[in-house]
Amino acid sequence: MPVKVIIPTPLRAYAGKQESVELQANNVAEALNGLTLRFGDLKKHLYSDDGKLRSFVNVYVNDEDIRYLQKDQTQLRDGDIVSIVPSIAGGAHN
Amino acid sequence: MATKSEISANPAATTAPVSLSKEEILRYSRHLIMPEVGMEGQLKLKQAKVLCIGTGGLGAPLGLYLAAAGVGRIGLVDFDTVDSTNLQRQILFGTKDVGRPKIAAASDRLRDLNPDIEIDTFETQLSSDNALDILKDYDIIVDGTDNFPTRYLVNDASVLLGKPNVYGSIFRFEGQVTVFGYPDGPCYRCLYPEPPPPGLVPSCAEGGVLGVLPGIVGSIQAAETLKLIIGAGDPLVGRLLLFDALAMRFRELKLRKNPDCPLCGTHPTITKLIDYVEFCGIRGEEAPAPQTSVPEITPRELKARLDRGDDLYILDVREPHEYQICNLGGHLIPLGDLSKRVNELDSSREIVAHCRSGKRSAEAVEFLQRAGFRKILNLKGGILAWSDDVDPSVPKY
Repeated sequence: MPVKVIIPTPLRAYAGKQESVELQANNVAEALNGLTLRFGDLKKHLYSDDGKLRSFVNVYVNDEDIRYLQKDQTQLRDGDIVSIVPSIAGGAHN
Repeated sequence: MATKSEISANPAATTAPVSLSKEEILRYSRHLIMPEVGMEGQLKLKQAKVLCIGTGGLGAPLGLYLAAAGVGRIGLVDFDTVDSTNLQRQILFGTKDVGRPKIAAASDRLRDLNPDIEIDTFETQLSSDNALDILKDYDIIVDGTDNFPTRYLVNDASVLLGKPNVYGSIFRFEGQVTVFGYPDGPCYRCLYPEPPPPGLVPSCAEGGVLGVLPGIVGSIQAAETLKLIIGAGDPLVGRLLLFDALAMRFRELKLRKNPDCPLCGTHPTITKLIDYVEFCGIRGEEAPAPQTSVPEITPRELKARLDRGDDLYILDVREPHEYQICNLGGHLIPLGDLSKRVNELDSSREIVAHCRSGKRSAEAVEFLQRAGFRKILNLKGGILAWSDDVDPSVPKY
């Protein structure tokens, strides 16, 4: 399925500075896998060493949190938007 | 969806009946003639007690609008002093305030804006020791802080006290806003059970913030706070509002209460405040470990060696937009590109790597050492220290 993954500002530096990436995926795991294959630097920001999605990174399919769907096995349909939403603390950083 | 508020904006009706003076009626007339606020809403505002944690970029529009709207009691928590880099976005302060405690400058400004309201000031860093005591007297808490430990602290204290927490955070040109701690609504830990580990927080290469962004996000927090007080409209509960100022786009995501949340779930394991610095890991700009382990040169030593005519190759690992602000004439390879462009460097020459403060260049030195470079030094303190110790004409940023 062609889907769009929206890259949040803090992670764009590791994704070729792109705001979003279009790719083919049948479920969320495939979409994120495709993304980290294309942008290897993203991997450590999305997954912990044991391969789990990091707990300060949430993934949404359209407006729904995948933790309340089928997690990374959540099926994707044509045109779905996958959003990666990490926590940000705010402030200007020094 | 949460039901409409019964937030305790009306404290137990033991106090004398509240009314508006003739002057207040005139001041708030644009509220009073609007049925959604009206006299009833304005009196609720007058009786309301709101605590603003942080008086910086988010706290500035928030404090101004709450004071202007006639919120009767506003608490301000901050321990910082105004510096000139704040003025690009922290619109509570003027140039004359540089060097003053933020609390003093902020309360002066708000008292000038509205002398009829009470301002409580807490010139302290919010901590596990003082948070419950400071928060307990307020109806609504507004989180305008800028770091993870304080955000988890504010969240936990608000949930433990049963108070709504109007949350806003920003990064460069993107913001997030929601209302946590509402009856039956989610909390910050439902959204993010844990903070990022220190190694993964953005470095100064990725920092910065568009000055108007906290103005927009803080104003949305103000709007939500006023709505909670007067009980109008749909509060931003169970919804995470995302704002991208570059795309100029708002998006809304569903935010659910997590039944397994350790704080507000069905079987909470966090029943009192914890050590939030430990919870979030030791963090900050100056990560000591890599900096002490790489060979260094001080700005004065570097200057002396350059003056002697030593053959030194200056490598600048900052970003191109930083190079435009100021530079030492070095060869620019941003840290993130170093692995791809390492062939541009001659390992037979002695290399001095620098960045803004010395942290990124320490990483660069480590990387190059692993890549087989032997004659490589890190400029201690970066271009900031160069400006302090060698050439004050180099601007600091």
